[in-house]
Amino acid sequence: MKKEIFKPYNVSDNNFEQCVKCTICTVYCPVLEVNPDYPGPKQSGPDGERMRLKDPEFYDEALKLCLNCKRCEVACPSGVKIGDIIQSARIKYSKSKPKLRDMILANTDIVGTMASTFAPIVNTAVALKPVRKVMDSVLKIDHHRMFPKYTGLRFETWYRRYAEKKQKEFKKHVSYFHGCYVNYNFPQLGKDLIKIMNAAGYGVHLLEKEKCCGVALISNGLIKQATKQAKHNVEAFKKSIVDKNMPVISTSSTCIFTIRDEYPHLLGVKNEEIRDESELATRFLFRLIDEGKLKLAFKKNYKKRIAYHTPCHMEKLGWSIYSTTLLRMIPGLEFVNLESQCCGIAGTYGFKKENYETSQEVGKPLFEQIEKSKVDFVATDCETCKWQIEMSTSNKVQHPVSILAEAIDVEATMKLWQE
Amino acid sequence: MNKNRSKEYDVIIIGGGATGAGTARDCAMRGLSVLLVERHDFATGATGRNHGLLHSGARYAVTDHESAAECIEENMILRKIANHCIEENDGLFLTLPEDDIAFQSQFVDACSSAGISTEIIDPKLALQMEPSANPDLIGAVRVPDGSVDPFRLTMSNALDARLHGTDILTQHEVTDILKEQDRVIGVELFDHGKKEKVNYYGKIVCNAAGIWGHHIANFAGVNINMFPAKGSLLIFGHRVNKMVLNRCRKPANADILVPGDTICLIGTTSERIPIEEIDNMYVSKDDVDVLIREGVKLSPSLATTRILRAYAGVRPLVAADDDPSGRSISRGIVLMDHKERDGLEGFVTITGGKLMTYRLMAEEATDLICKKLSVDKKCETASIPLPGSEKSEETLSNAGNKIYTGASITQKSAKDRHGSLAHKIANGDSNEDSMVCECEGVSIGEVKYAINELHVNNLIDLRRRTRVGMGTCQGELCACRAAGLLCESMEEAGKAKDDLANFLQERWKGMSPIAWGETINEIQFTSWIYEGIYGLKPENN
Ligand SMILES: Cc1cc2nc3c(=O)[nH]c(=O)nc-3n(C[C@H](O)[C@H](O)[C@H](O)COP(=O)(O)OP(=O)(O)OC[C@H]3O[C@@H](n4cnc5c(N)ncnc54)[C@H](O)[C@@H]3O)c2cc1C
Ligand code: SF4
Ligand code: SF4
Repeated sequence: MKKEIFKPYNVSDNNFEQCVKCTICTVYCPVLEVNPDYPGPKQSGPDGERMRLKDPEFYDEALKLCLNCKRCEVACPSGVKIGDIIQSARIKYSKSKPKLRDMILANTDIVGTMASTFAPIVNTAVALKPVRKVMDSVLKIDHHRMFPKYTGLRFETWYRRYAEKKQKEFKKHVSYFHGCYVNYNFPQLGKDLIKIMNAAGYGVHLLEKEKCCGVALISNGLIKQATKQAKHNVEAFKKSIVDKNMPVISTSSTCIFTIRDEYPHLLGVKNEEIRDESELATRFLFRLIDEGKLKLAFKKNYKKRIAYHTPCHMEKLGWSIYSTTLLRMIPGLEFVNLESQCCGIAGTYGFKKENYETSQEVGKPLFEQIEKSKVDFVATDCETCKWQIEMSTSNKVQHPVSILAEAIDVEATMKLWQE
Repeated sequence: MNKNRSKEYDVIIIGGGATGAGTARDCAMRGLSVLLVERHDFATGATGRNHGLLHSGARYAVTDHESAAECIEENMILRKIANHCIEENDGLFLTLPEDDIAFQSQFVDACSSAGISTEIIDPKLALQMEPSANPDLIGAVRVPDGSVDPFRLTMSNALDARLHGTDILTQHEVTDILKEQDRVIGVELFDHGKKEKVNYYGKIVCNAAGIWGHHIANFAGVNINMFPAKGSLLIFGHRVNKMVLNRCRKPANADILVPGDTICLIGTTSERIPIEEIDNMYVSKDDVDVLIREGVKLSPSLATTRILRAYAGVRPLVAADDDPSGRSISRGIVLMDHKERDGLEGFVTITGGKLMTYRLMAEEATDLICKKLSVDKKCETASIPLPGSEKSEETLSNAGNKIYTGASITQKSAKDRHGSLAHKIANGDSNEDSMVCECEGVSIGEVKYAINELHVNNLIDLRRRTRVGMGTCQGELCACRAAGLLCESMEEAGKAKDDLANFLQERWKGMSPIAWGETINEIQFTSWIYEGIYGLKPENN
């Protein structure tokens, strides 16, 4: 049995040998619960890694069933980075090449640029039944899936036209990593963010050309391109954080998680200089309030019952507390906390025909909880969770920042700090 | 006592190490009727307690030309006949700044005169080939080293011996050699299962009991002057290196790092011990210190890698001179015809040598036995593959392709361990494919196969056949599952509990010398499970 010996490989990466085989991670994996074909986090992670170090032939293509939700990592008492082990193994060993479909799904920014240019046509076309049938059978994008609508006026364009000038009037400044979703599909969220930050006394600026964070490239195996984009973004972040002393905030939990953690762990792109100053808008605001540097004033007549869903990457970041605490500050807001569970979409995962069933099975308990909760709408920090919940339940989903923007009394808030 | 002499074997072979099992195979293939007896289980002597290095011979090239030449010849044969027991990893002989680089050319010359192919590798390229090697290296030579799984190798020989009609008795200890005048006629055995004595008779008794051959010879009234040299090793939790790493200098302590199956091993120390201590295989703190200190020089990442176990074995060397370290004496094969040496007919001893050269030792011993029995048949063990190593269409990469499920690990592992016999392990059945041992990917089907076909008496035997309990958890999750399966098929419940306790105790024995870090966490967790949840008590042991 002659084995390939020229490939360099890592030693004791991701704490894999700290595993004490307690099997707790296995209990928390949402995929394993619904799909017995998946070997589970322990087997795919630390156990499988030993095998793969012995012989790369032990790599199991079933690892692509992992959602990369990192719930296993949160559960592990020994600090094993199970999700990272699995994703690194896919990067290192997978022999299956990304398909055309994967490229389309992964290139959220290129596709976004094209689609938003022809927004009316694309939106109608991908909504049409026959088109979805073709996507299903040719591209293996499940026909149950509705693509999020593309906007005609990209956020970046809107910003340059209507918002940029005004931002200079503020004394304090932040940069905003808006991500593909805000740019191509839902500029309103970006506008809401600017509204709040301005009310709080901060001018909001765009980065010097941000690129898609690359999360979908990573999960679809397009590592080279992801690494290129990661390096570009880290440089852009540096220009803001290091050169101009402006922290970077984002409204997408997945983008920020990818930039903070997946860049160094999976792509080997160093980010120490920018990591601490890159965070979610809700955490940024919470910290200001907590330190007594900011107060928010809310409208008197706001009255809503909402349920908060914790996206997997928020669970991993441990940051949902910031979003929920801010929401709870709103008088007249009745808050329901949904049990922390994966919704099943995991970015582009659930769009793939072969994953549709698993994806919906994973999300089922969450959907049932939502239907039972009788709320006006659901709040969550992740855009793909939003699609999934809107596709799978009768509820609409709002970002906490949008909710804050709706509930905030801008004038009153500005007065508080202008005094 | 059994006085029945109606069945007389052509040859009774004592010792179920590689040498004994190999000799049984060879004798049986030449048409002899054979009984193989072993006091515990296969590969419980030096065979199961060594480095598992498939020597190219390079290590001995400078100091012992004859051994080196034997090694390379057997190395090439084992690649053919035992391919599922070996891994062709290749090896690097590293020169570190503290070593004399001049030794390299002497080494390369000695290798080529022994027939060992070498290739001097640029240090930078060597690091690319083997990223775990010490980056300070100043020289590297590539040689055809490899690794060999001694359990698999021994079992395959025993299996083939059985296929050729050999009777096998494990758990049978030779307690005396039966003689009539100056002729050996059989053995007195103690059956550890039934706790009784039984006699077996044979025309020839072959002593292949390794270092214990000393005692066997004493039973027969002859004396062999054994030189017990103990060596200790450490097992790491996973593979750090892909190629065997050696130091390019005269053999010394802890200068070989061998990747084997899921783990890697650093060794060994060498220390002369009195013959009374050969059954007392402890590893001292000093041994552990030396192994880590020297090991890190080969591969610095060992310093941060989890250590799984420590163990020691005794080299069955026959004393030749008064060398106190036992290192410069030849590792050569020692075959004794006691008729010629001591005037005792019907008694043969085969010892010395190496795991590497077990086949050659078996061939030489069988040639002698055949000559004594006037059997004229040529040895074929150099060309006929062992069961499991026959050519097969199935490779590791397609072993798991039949079905797309999590069972792929167990299927690939079964293929890796049992070679072309893996088809005997039911797969495609979700129950049979479920895992007993998760670290090593052992399925229920594999455990059942081992119990039914591979002479398993208890959990520890099962471990040697399948790797159950050899992974990082050292039995924490699999021991109880395996005990359940074993109990279903053979044991009474009470005995199974003792068996389980023995198994865990044996695991602990190997962990105690290195019990820190994750290992101590793990063992704590294990004892919590077995004592806390399952109520296993010290008196079960
Ligand atoms: C630390 C160390 C490292 C080594 N590394 C290597 C290496 O890397 N490569 C290599 O090729 N070689 C290596 N060797 C050498 C090799 O292990 C031995 O030469 C070889 O295994 C000897 O096999 P054997 O069958 O002759 O003896 P053993 O394996 O010792 O077999 C003897 C058997 O006889 C049985 N027995 C004893 N008494 C009785 C009795 N009264 N009745 C019945 N049965 C009995 C024992 O239980 C045992 O199973 C190493 C040795 C040591 C100690
Ligand atoms: S990352 Fe999520 S899907 Fe993947 S193994 Fe962990 S828990 Fe399971
Ligand atoms: S939770 Fe962590 S320690 Fe426990 S089995 Fe999983 S990886 Fe290992």
